[in-house]
Amino acid sequence: MSKGKTLTFVLMDPPFEASRTTTAMRAIDAALRRGVNCNVFAYEGAVMLPFRHQQPHPNPVHGRDAAEEDHPLPREWVAGLMAMAKERDAAFNWVNCGLCVDERGAGDAIDGVQRGTPADLWKMASTSDNTVVVATA
Amino acid sequence: MKHLNIVSSAYRATIEEQDDTVVWVTHCLRNAGADIDMLLCGAAVNYPAAGQQVAPVTIGGRTQKHGPDVHEQIRTFVGNGSKVMAVREDLDERGIDHRRLLQEVQVIDRKALPSLLKNYDRVWHW
Repeated sequence: MSKGKTLTFVLMDPPFEASRTTTAMRAIDAALRRGVNCNVFAYEGAVMLPFRHQQPHPNPVHGRDAAEEDHPLPREWVAGLMAMAKERDAAFNWVNCGLCVDERGAGDAIDGVQRGTPADLWKMASTSDNTVVVATA
Repeated sequence: MKHLNIVSSAYRATIEEQDDTVVWVTHCLRNAGADIDMLLCGAAVNYPAAGQQVAPVTIGGRTQKHGPDVHEQIRTFVGNGSKVMAVREDLDERGIDHRRLLQEVQVIDRKALPSLLKNYDRVWHW
């Protein structure tokens, strides 16, 4: 694990609803590329971001089949960030809020996603150089 | 580490969640050991106002009788060393009489916010 700086991100938007999610993912990507350790606390709808059963679909309006459409899936972004962190020797923890998971039936997340509570958010934030909250509007 | 949570999106999914989720998480953070205060701005300044009531909501024959009580959430949070503040101009824009607020809530002028924020190591805007 990198001994450098650590950032914690709090995400709140569900997938496919807000550009804030893409922006937050880009910020995490940029941090990991620089070897910055990153924590993510997924709160409320954001616990669906690493949901295992997200599927790409064709888009008849675009005139493209599923392969041509190459629909981006947030679960793949999360998995990609995990893989990149490993390559860069940076720590990357994705913690889903457990109660938020339960109320959404979102327990079937991709491998590597942890279940936690706001106490975990506090621990992560307390040991980070800074924390970025990306809340829903 | 002194921490401030700013709540500006009000009544966000409060029926589904039965509370304000940011006020809730602020409670949790304090319970986990955080030295944390709360600043209410925008429509969230109504949270400490007395006289709120959520009538039962019926959707598809399913009646939700146990509604959210954000006023009570604020009341149980304030104290124990934690402050709750509300922005004066946001109260006045909405015609909220300051006398309706919980007496523990401090009303802060917008122009005082920069110096207020300097007192905190972490400021999170929700």
